[in-house]
Amino acid sequence: MEAFVSGLILLARWEVLAALAVGSVGGVIIGAIPGVGAAVAIAILLPATFSLEPLVGFTILLGIYGSSMYGGALPAILINTPGPAVNAFTTYDGYPMTRRGEARRALTLAYTASFFGGVFAIACLTLLSPLLALVAPHFGSREIFLAALLGIILVVLAHRGRVFAAGMLCAFGIFLNTVGLEPVKYTRRFTFDQTWLAGGIDLIVVVLGLFAISQAFMLMADKDNTPHPQPVSGSLLSGLGEILGFQADCGGGFGLRRHDGMIPGVGEFTAQFMSYTYARKTSKKPDEFGKGSPEGLTASEAANNAVPGAAMIPLLALGIPGEALTAMMLSVFYVHNVIPGPRLFQNQLDFVYALYVAMLLLNVIVIAFLLFSTNLLTRIIRIPTRFLGMIILTLSFVGVYSLRNSATDCAVASVFGIFGLVLKRLDLPIVPIVLGMVLGGTMEVRLPLVHGAGQTPLDFVDRPVSAILAALVVVVIAAHVRTLIREHRTCLAESGRDIHDTQSR
Amino acid sequence: MRIAAGRNDVAHQGIAGFVQTISQAGDLVFAIFFLAVSLFLLARLGGQAELVKRTGTVAQPAFWPTVAVALMTGFAVPAPHRFSGVSAGRGALGGGETLDSIRQIRALVHDLYLDGCPAARLGYLPSSIVFPALLAFRLGYRAPRKLGFAAASGVTVVVLFKSLLQVKVPGGAIYETLPDAMRAFMLTYF
Repeated sequence: MEAFVSGLILLARWEVLAALAVGSVGGVIIGAIPGVGAAVAIAILLPATFSLEPLVGFTILLGIYGSSMYGGALPAILINTPGPAVNAFTTYDGYPMTRRGEARRALTLAYTASFFGGVFAIACLTLLSPLLALVAPHFGSREIFLAALLGIILVVLAHRGRVFAAGMLCAFGIFLNTVGLEPVKYTRRFTFDQTWLAGGIDLIVVVLGLFAISQAFMLMADKDNTPHPQPVSGSLLSGLGEILGFQADCGGGFGLRRHDGMIPGVGEFTAQFMSYTYARKTSKKPDEFGKGSPEGLTASEAANNAVPGAAMIPLLALGIPGEALTAMMLSVFYVHNVIPGPRLFQNQLDFVYALYVAMLLLNVIVIAFLLFSTNLLTRIIRIPTRFLGMIILTLSFVGVYSLRNSATDCAVASVFGIFGLVLKRLDLPIVPIVLGMVLGGTMEVRLPLVHGAGQTPLDFVDRPVSAILAALVVVVIAAHVRTLIREHRTCLAESGRDIHDTQSR
Repeated sequence: MRIAAGRNDVAHQGIAGFVQTISQAGDLVFAIFFLAVSLFLLARLGGQAELVKRTGTVAQPAFWPTVAVALMTGFAVPAPHRFSGVSAGRGALGGGETLDSIRQIRALVHDLYLDGCPAARLGYLPSSIVFPALLAFRLGYRAPRKLGFAAASGVTVVVLFKSLLQVKVPGGAIYETLPDAMRAFMLTYF
């Protein structure tokens, strides 16, 4: 309780509250603009937050992360175009409701479902914190190494149908992290005698290139298009109570999304698909799903907003990011020398609680903002595609240049921008590169410590937590192999073709 | 002659068809390119990552680059076979469209450096006004209102990043020509 009160005191400063308001409202606007999304916004803002103190910087990013999905529901429902990709399922039932003349009802349900999803996840997270603080001392180097290894395996295997692509891109990320002067023996690795490579390839430069600059290129190379959502008539306040009739769908969404968010590397689509499928299975009217079902809408939106809270668990407790956005946030921690992991829960629990309360507050700010400004947002998001690309490109280069005032960084970011564009055009995943860089770095630091302490490989698993993590690694790989064998047999039985189904679908 | 011409046509169609096939199979080209890069890195591993004496295997500077490059190659070897047609089934664009996009982007990046490099000497504020306006012009916007919006977006970026968030961006040489009081203000906030 003392830590909680101390956390509230940390939060009760005008800089932090202003950052929270700016992040929350900014995140809604960014989420509502199709083609931008939280990843692009966070990538652009990362360098700017380095000059702020940790809680202020982190609160802005957290605000954007937590609120962009609220904003994403707006174009998904009104113009059948999701803001961030995670709102794709919202279009299934939200847009048909708009076509039926129920846009106001769809938006109210989406906002309230998102609110309850977010608040439920944060409540669980807060209740779980004392337990995490209790378990934290049992996490040493070997446990963190194994958690990072598990994260990498899950990142690769979660890209179903693209496992080989995800694997090689994740390995590429690990490779990128090794380039430059290594910090222990001071030898050069893959610098090819180029001085500009001696300092290594900065994670932020890669992130800005892959996420922001590539998106700017995508938009600029695309056909110029201006979204024209119709304004919503009537007050959104009138339908707030309707969500209570869809408790079961929201409950399923909260639960599934929370679990999926906690598992590093599990794709957002997989998690949302599971929550949507659960709602359909348990619904009395499953046939209406995809044709404007309020239950489907609430299930997908409740699931959406439960993830930021859940994704904080591996990030704060272990220093292991579960996805690209949390990987970017991890870099903010490192820049400010705040090392997330077990010790954060032991020594700075107030800081952790301050973040939780900030997440709770952002949900309140966002829903209050949305209920009164939805029509204003429909006007703001009318930005032509190419014009938007130009703004993102300008912001990205400002962000890259401000890191070290280096034109080389801008050139490197441009190269990664083009690489990201190719990957996006070919529908290949970008996230494994970023997670490979972050988790590869964690493993490189931790493995020599583990190896130095142990005598035999079995010493790796001589503690309960490490044994559980090692068992999870084995189970995950075995489960994937089992799925492949079953798919292979089904394929043979159905068509007689000898094709590895997971890879060819 | 006609036969020869016919053969040439067939040959031309064959080459064009081959180029088109390669161009459409963007994922296959990417997989082969990635495999080539992985093999190149694997071949250069000995010269680019050192082994240090009296150091354990996992603490060797070359350990993680070796793991990474080996994994890259390991995943890339079967990739050309696995990739072919994977992205096409997902509604992704083929290599031809990707190449078109890259050509457009290359032209834009070229302009960006032509515009951006001299502009960098102008200082943060002037270059942030000029660069988006020129980029918007290059993207096909001709209406003064749109170009004005582009320039205004540049001013907003400067106010947001430098004036408010105090991001460290050096002042341009042109600021040196300003009167003392003005110069200090511009260097600090713009």
